[in-house]
Amino acid sequence: MLLFSAIVSGIAVGSMYGLIALGYHVTYVVSSTVNFAQGSCVMLGAVLGYVLGIRLGLPMPLAIVLSILLCGLFGLVVERLLVRPFAERGSSAWLMATVAGGIVVDNVVLFTFGKEPRGFPSFLAAKPIEIFGMGVFPLQIVIPLVGLGLAVILQFAFQRTAKGKAMLAVVQNKRAAQLMGINVRRAVALSFALSTALAGLAGILIAPLFSVQSDMGTLFGIKAFAAAILGGIGSAWGVMLAGILYGLIEALVTSFAGSSYTQIVAFAVVIAALAIRPNGLLGRAGTRKV
Amino acid sequence: MPVTLRSLSRRALLVGAAVAFSMPAFAEDTIKFGLVAAMSGQSAKSGEAIMRGLSLAMDEINAKGGVLGKKLELVVRDDESNPARGVVAARELVQREKVAALFGGLDTPVSMAIVPFANQSRVPFMGVWAAGTAITRNGASDNYVFRVSAVDALVDRALVDYAIKKNAIKKPGMILINNSWGESNEGGLKAALTDKGLPFAGIEKFQDADVDVVPQLTRLKDEGADALFLVANVAPSSQVVKSLDRMGWNVPIISHWGPAGGRFTELAGPSAANVHFIQTFSFAGKMSPKAEAVFEALKKKYPEVKTLADVTPAVGIANAYDAMHLTAMAVEKAGSTDGTKIRDGFYAIDRYDGLIKAYDKPFSEQNHDALSSGDYIFTHFIEGEIVPLTN
Repeated sequence: MLLFSAIVSGIAVGSMYGLIALGYHVTYVVSSTVNFAQGSCVMLGAVLGYVLGIRLGLPMPLAIVLSILLCGLFGLVVERLLVRPFAERGSSAWLMATVAGGIVVDNVVLFTFGKEPRGFPSFLAAKPIEIFGMGVFPLQIVIPLVGLGLAVILQFAFQRTAKGKAMLAVVQNKRAAQLMGINVRRAVALSFALSTALAGLAGILIAPLFSVQSDMGTLFGIKAFAAAILGGIGSAWGVMLAGILYGLIEALVTSFAGSSYTQIVAFAVVIAALAIRPNGLLGRAGTRKV
Repeated sequence: MPVTLRSLSRRALLVGAAVAFSMPAFAEDTIKFGLVAAMSGQSAKSGEAIMRGLSLAMDEINAKGGVLGKKLELVVRDDESNPARGVVAARELVQREKVAALFGGLDTPVSMAIVPFANQSRVPFMGVWAAGTAITRNGASDNYVFRVSAVDALVDRALVDYAIKKNAIKKPGMILINNSWGESNEGGLKAALTDKGLPFAGIEKFQDADVDVVPQLTRLKDEGADALFLVANVAPSSQVVKSLDRMGWNVPIISHWGPAGGRFTELAGPSAANVHFIQTFSFAGKMSPKAEAVFEALKKKYPEVKTLADVTPAVGIANAYDAMHLTAMAVEKAGSTDGTKIRDGFYAIDRYDGLIKAYDKPFSEQNHDALSSGDYIFTHFIEGEIVPLTN
C-alpha cells in the first residue's frame, strides 16, 4: 500500500519536473544555453492563467492558450535581452543574466499580483478517482500524459522534420548552418519561446494541485534542472524519464525513510548517477570536433 | 557674493535642518509609540490588522484626552519579515523617534532579534502576535518584553487538551512545517503529550513547496495515528488538507493558528472546515457589547470593512487593541515615559475590561504574558469565515 501510494505520488510529481525540464532541453539542443528563469516562467504561466481565467473571467481554454502564448513571448524577450547579447560574444554571462531576470520577474509579480497565495480551482482536481484503492486527482494522470506526449513530439520533431533538423544543425556549427540558409537567430529565438511556453503550460497544470504565488516556481525550476542533467539534457526522452525518476525517488525516500531524509537522498542520488554516467541516463558523450 | 545655485541649496538645507530640529519640541505634545511589523510581503495582512487594532484603541484614548495630558502617536516601520531589518527599525524608532514603547509583529524570528535590544535600552517591547515561547521568557534578569498573544508552549498544551477532550485521542501524529516554528512546536507538543502519558504515532516534516504530502501522511496513517497536529502557514496547511482528501483519510486535524493567515477555504477546498485551529479571539458568533462596539468602530474608520469576513485575521486586531490600552494604562501608572517606570507600570495594572477578556492583574514580574491557555478558543473556517467551535 505504502509502495503503491509512493509510486502514484512520485510519477505525478515527477512528470511535472520532467515537463519543466523539457524546456531546458529545447534551448540546450539548439543553442547550448539554458534559461535559468525557467522556474519563474512556471510561475508566470500559473499567474497569467489565474488573472485571465479567474480574475478577468475569460473562458478557461482561451485563458490557457493566451497565457501560454504570453509565456512564449516572454521567452523571446529573455533570449533577446538576457542571452543573445552575451552568447554571441562567446560570454557565459547569460547564465547570471537569466538568473537575475527570473528574480526580477518574481518580484514584479509580487508587487502586482500580491504575495497572498491564491487557489486555482479546476474540475480536474476537485474529486479524486479511485485506482487500485488509491485516490488520484484526474489532473495527476493528465500531467504525465501531457509530459510524455510532448516528449514524443519533440523527439520526433527534432529527429524527423526538416525544420527540427535545421534547428539542431545550429548548435553543431553556426557558420555552416547559416551558409546552408538556416536563420540561426530565428532558430535560437524560437527555441526559447518554445521552452518558456512549455514552462508556462507546466505552471498552469500544477496550479490546481498547488497554489498560485510569486515564488512558487523557484524550487520547481531547480529540481527540474536536476532532472534535466540527470536525464542527459540532450535527450527529450531522457529528460522526461529522469523527471519521473526524480519524483519517484523523492516519494519513495519520504515513504520509507521519512521526510527528514528526502532532499539529502534525492540530490545525493543525482550526484551518484552523474558520477557513473557523466552524460546523463540517456545522454550521449559529447564530442567536440575541431 | 553672487547667489549661486549651490549656496541657495545650502541655505535651503539649513532652513530645512532648522525646521527638522524644531520638530521634537513640537512633538513633545505627543507620546510616541513605535510599531515594527511586516507591512509588505506574504504577511502584510497581519501588519495591516495590527495597525488597525492599535489605531482604533489610540483613537479612543485620544478622544478621552490622551495619556498624561498628551495625545498618543504611532510611528510605523516595515520589517519585511526580516530580523535584521526589524532590529534596525527598532533602533531607529528608539534612538531617533524617541518612542516610549515598541509594538511587535507576526514573525517570531524578528521579535526574537529585537528582544535583546529592547532589554538593553530599557524600552518596553509589547508583542501582539508572534507566539515564540522565548520572546517573553527570554531569561534576561531585567525583562522589558510583554505580550498580549498566544504562547507556543501554552498553545501546544491547549492543542493536546482539546484533542483529548474532543477526539479522545490515543496516538496522534504530527505534521509540521520544516522550519524553526515547526521545530519549536515539535518540542512543545512532545512535552505536552508526555505530561498526559500519551504516545505519538510519528513526527513528519514537510516543505513550503511540497505539492504532495501523501507520502508523509501515509506513514502516519500506517503507524496508527488517530489524529493529526498541524503546524504550518496557510498555503502549506492547505496542501495537507488536499492530500488527505485524495487519500480519503478522514482524520481529526488540530492545528496551530496558521490557517487563519489567509484564504484557507479557497486554497484547501471544502474540507478546510475539518481543520480545528486555535485563536485568541473571534468576532463571529455571539458578540460581547465591547466586540460589537469595536466592530462598528472598525466599519466606520475603515470603509472597506463591511462584513465579518473582512476583519480577518481578527486575532491581530484584537490582540493589538487590548495591548494598546494596556500599554497606555502602564504609562498612566508610570506617570512618565521612562522605560523602567513604564515596565513597573505594567505590573501595577489592576483591571482592564478588554476586548478579549476582562484582565485581572495581567502582568507580574514572573509573568509577562497577559493571555493564558484558558483564553484560547478553537475555531474553523466556514465559507471563508472563521467561526468558533463549541466544545
